[in-house]
Order: sequence, then C-alpha cells, then structure tokens
Amino acid sequence: MSNWFKRITTGIRTSPQEKKEMPEGLWFKCPSCKATIAQVEHRENLQVCSSCGFHERVGPKAYFELFFDENSRPKLLFDNLYPVDSLEFVDLKSYTDRIKEAEEKSEAAEAMEVATGKMGGIKVVVAAMNFSYIGGSMGAVVGEKIARSVDYCIENKCPLIIISKSGGARMMESGISLMQMIKTSAKLTQLADAQIPYVSLLTDPTTGGVTASFSMLGDINIAEPKALIGFAGPRVIMETMNLKELPEGFQRSEYLMEHGFLDFIAERKDLKEKIVKALKLLKI
Amino acid sequence: MTFLDFEEPIEQLFEKRSKLVEMQTQGDLNLDDKIAELDKLIEEKKENLYANLTPWQRVQLSRHPERPYTLYYIHHIFEDFIELHGDRKAGDDKAIVGGIANLDGQSVVVIGQQKGVNTKMRQYRNFGMANPQGYRKALRLMKLAEKFNKPIVTFIDTPGAFPGIEAEELGQAEAIARNLFEMTKLRVPVISIIIGEGASGGAIGIGVSDKTLMLENTWFTVISPESCSSILWRSWDYKEVAAEQLKLTANDMHKMKIVDTIIKEPLGGAHHNPEEMAKTLKRSIKRNLTLLNELSPEERIEKRIAKYAAIGTFEERKVQ
Repeated sequence: MSNWFKRITTGIRTSPQEKKEMPEGLWFKCPSCKATIAQVEHRENLQVCSSCGFHERVGPKAYFELFFDENSRPKLLFDNLYPVDSLEFVDLKSYTDRIKEAEEKSEAAEAMEVATGKMGGIKVVVAAMNFSYIGGSMGAVVGEKIARSVDYCIENKCPLIIISKSGGARMMESGISLMQMIKTSAKLTQLADAQIPYVSLLTDPTTGGVTASFSMLGDINIAEPKALIGFAGPRVIMETMNLKELPEGFQRSEYLMEHGFLDFIAERKDLKEKIVKALKLLKI
Repeated sequence: MTFLDFEEPIEQLFEKRSKLVEMQTQGDLNLDDKIAELDKLIEEKKENLYANLTPWQRVQLSRHPERPYTLYYIHHIFEDFIELHGDRKAGDDKAIVGGIANLDGQSVVVIGQQKGVNTKMRQYRNFGMANPQGYRKALRLMKLAEKFNKPIVTFIDTPGAFPGIEAEELGQAEAIARNLFEMTKLRVPVISIIIGEGASGGAIGIGVSDKTLMLENTWFTVISPESCSSILWRSWDYKEVAAEQLKLTANDMHKMKIVDTIIKEPLGGAHHNPEEMAKTLKRSIKRNLTLLNELSPEERIEKRIAKYAAIGTFEERKVQ
C-alpha cells in the first residue's frame, strides 16, 4: 500500500533542461516564428502555423485529402510505376540503395503520386510531388506519370493539377532525367491542343529542372505563400555572383508574382475554393 | 596549340618537332627524314591516345580553348549570315547568337550559344551562359523561321544557363520551359548539334529537335561533373568519377537514344582540324534536312513528341 504514495515514474522530477525538449509528435515548433503549437491544432490548420502563417511542407496525401470532395473516393493512378537504376549510378551510395532508403523513409513508391476524383464536383487529376522521396527529384517515373496523366486527362476530358515540390531533375538518372523536362513539356502541348486546363501549383521548394519545365507552364500558375521558387538554387547564385547574401524575399512566391510569373498566391486553406472557381470559369 | 594534361606525351613530341624545324632553318642540316619520322610517331601516338579517352578527358576536350565555337561553324557551313539581335522584351543576350543564313541555296535560321575566344570576349559572351533574354531571342528567331517556313539549326555549347539574380528576376525557368513547350510545336524541321558542352536545362533550352547530333568529344547531361561531385560527393575532387557515373559521352547518349547521331571529329578533337570538322557537319546537316523535308509538319511534330515520350526506364509492376 505504501507504494501508492511513492513516485513510480520520474516524470515530475525532470530537470528544467529536459523539460524544454518536447515529446515528438505532440507539438509543432514553427521554424519561422518559433511558436509552439499543439500538433492536433496544427493539423486542423492544414499544417500552416496559426501564429505566423508559415506553410509547412506536406506530402501528396495531404493535398489529396484537402482537394478531393469528402464523398468522392479518389482513385490512385499509375502507382505501379517504380524507378530503375538503369545507369548503375554510384556516388557515396548506389542509386539502388538510395531508392530503397527513399522508399522506406517516405513510405512512397516515387517522388510523385497521382490520383483522380471529384474536386468541387469536377472530375480532376491531381499529380503531387513528394519532397521526402530523394528531394522530390524528377526521374523517369515522375516524367512518365505526368505523361500518362496528360493522356488520361485528354481521354477523360478532365483538368490536370500538378503540385510541384522538388529540388529539380534527379542526378542519378543523368541524361534520362534531363530528357524528362522535354518529355513533360512536350506532353503538355497535347493537353493544350485538347483545350484542357492545366493548373500548376508551386509549393516550397520548387527549383531547377522542374521549375524550368512543367511547373512554369500552367494555364494558371499558383503558389502557396513564401514558397522558394527558382531556377538556380540560392547557394549557387551566391557562389557564382560572389555574394554574401541575397535580397530579402528573393525567389519567394511574392517575388515571382511581382515579376509576373504567378497568377496568384493562395493560402493552403483557400487553394481548393480558388482552383475550383477558376476551373468552373474556364469551362463556361 | 594548347595541350591538356593527358596530352603530355604528344606535347613533348610536338616540342621535339619544332626544335628540329628550328635547327633545320638555322643550320645547313637536312632533317626532313627525322621530321617525317617524328610526324609518323606523332600520328601513331595520337591514334593510341585518342582511341581510349575517359569520359573526363572528353569533357576536357569539349572545353578546349581552341575548339571551334558556334560562330565559326556558322561562317564555315553557311553563307550570307545576317545576325539578328534582341528578344524584343528586355535585351540582347551575347551568350546566344542567331540569324538567317544560306545553306547551298536553302535559307536556314541558325541559333547557338557562343563562347568567347579570348579573356575579354569570354566575359562579353558570359562564358556561353545565357540569360532569359537569350532563350527568348532564340524563340523569337524560331518563330520567324516557322513563319517563313525555314528549317532551324541550333548549336549547343554551354556550361549551363546563367545562375544570376537578374536571370531569376526575368524568369530563367519560365524562359527555358517556354522554349521546351514551343519548340515541340514548331512546324519546321529542327536539328540540334552539341558542339561542346551540353549542360542541363541551359542546353535543352535550344535543344528540342527532330534530330540531335552530337560531336564525338562533347558531353551532354543534367549537371556538370564538377557540380555533381560537389553535391553528391560533397567535394570538388570527384569530377572524374562523376563524369564516368553520369554516362555523359556521345556513345552513352546514343545508347540511351537521347541523341540520334554521333559525328566523328578529326583525330585529337575538332580544334585539330576545324575546317574538316565544319565540312563533316555540313554534310550531316544537309543529309538530315533532306530526310526531314520528306515529312509533313504534322508528322514531324508527332515523331518529335513520340521520341521524347519514349525516353525513360522504369519498372511497371502488375496491378493487384
């Protein structure tokens, strides 16, 4: 009985230093404003910081959940495509190992997932990139998924929405990944000829060969606030131009909008409504 | 002639040769036999040396300072070249040149990245690294070609599109993306030739074609071996390995069906005999144009899209 009055766990006696460390998964600490927000609340807020509006990076599933209507059962497309190390590329690791690791880490088959379903009552195809899979890089699978999405959209006469989040072309697929820039852009000419709308949503980060191909080619280009969007990475620009720092806000959504490369910037919670509205207007 | 590090054995023979020539002109000695002997040896050495170049050595050759650049080929392959300037939007990029010219009676629009031939010109040409104005000028000239039904020949030679603040501001990514899109739809024949460096988006920004030709000692891929080394090996010291891993040579690109034809260079590289190189290129351009002219615009566009759509290896698992 006396045990009842003794402390069994040491939890209450933890030192102040230990206290600062938050149990993982319960809290979100905003990397932008450092505010601490309960994960439950943060999730409800679509992983956007309720204090400063910072948009945390989220994966394809989160966008599918956000975009597709509640009663519509979205169907995954082309999820049977997997990467192949056809060049037997080895750097500090082999590409084959990187593929395995990426698959485990991201729990995804590749850097892009495609699904179709109803969005505001309109049948659409959403192709979303996954940054946690080798930096969302574009190799043959991403290129092929976009190519097939275009064919699917033409066949089903439904709009295409691509959500970019990528470091660019995948080095381990060398020339093949470079050619995906042409492949995706070339396929988009067919979508354009069929007069089917293509909405490009650029999210943090979108750089390199992805920006310089399909991401910039939307009938409507949209971005989430403050996303890094550019061709060359900031570090490369600083090295090339011998600069210690870059102008404030350089290569962010607002900067791209100011220079004429985006139609509008929308917060995550407003994305669906705005895209649906635009698609409806293009249809009438 | 400038020799590269791996060309040292030949360099020594060349030095020996010039000493003999000097001795002969100064004295009364007749050294013709010895010189001829040396010439034979040089040829043999060259054949040995250049028969088994590593990918990195080819990268070095592609950047040889005496290698012929775009304007050399334009002047030696075509006649009556008129250079046309400006993108009609923001400026005239010196890293990309273009204009109209005559190819044995056929008017052609020619476009290419241009590197400088000396220190001052290298800066003027921004080392062949184009800004958005360059890609937009190129597109304007391609549209001109389409309007007047003239074929297009593009010469690719760039270490990459320029990574600068102004380039980003003016939309480097959009400019390249737009060219990829618009070049796909061009109703006239397009031939692209990699004559030196074919680095990444900067190269393909003028490189969507019906036929891509690649000179023997050039490279073409998604990133330079140096940058690849720095990113993947986190050090600049692995450029040779990166060059191997990237499979960036003409042979590799041909195997991957990314280029259609490999063009043989004179022994030792294009700079050993630029005139011969230009003649070879001219023959190949004319042959390919004849073939492409037999197709209708619609057929060419369909084939062009099919060619790029077919590039990419992946595994297609059975759907459960």
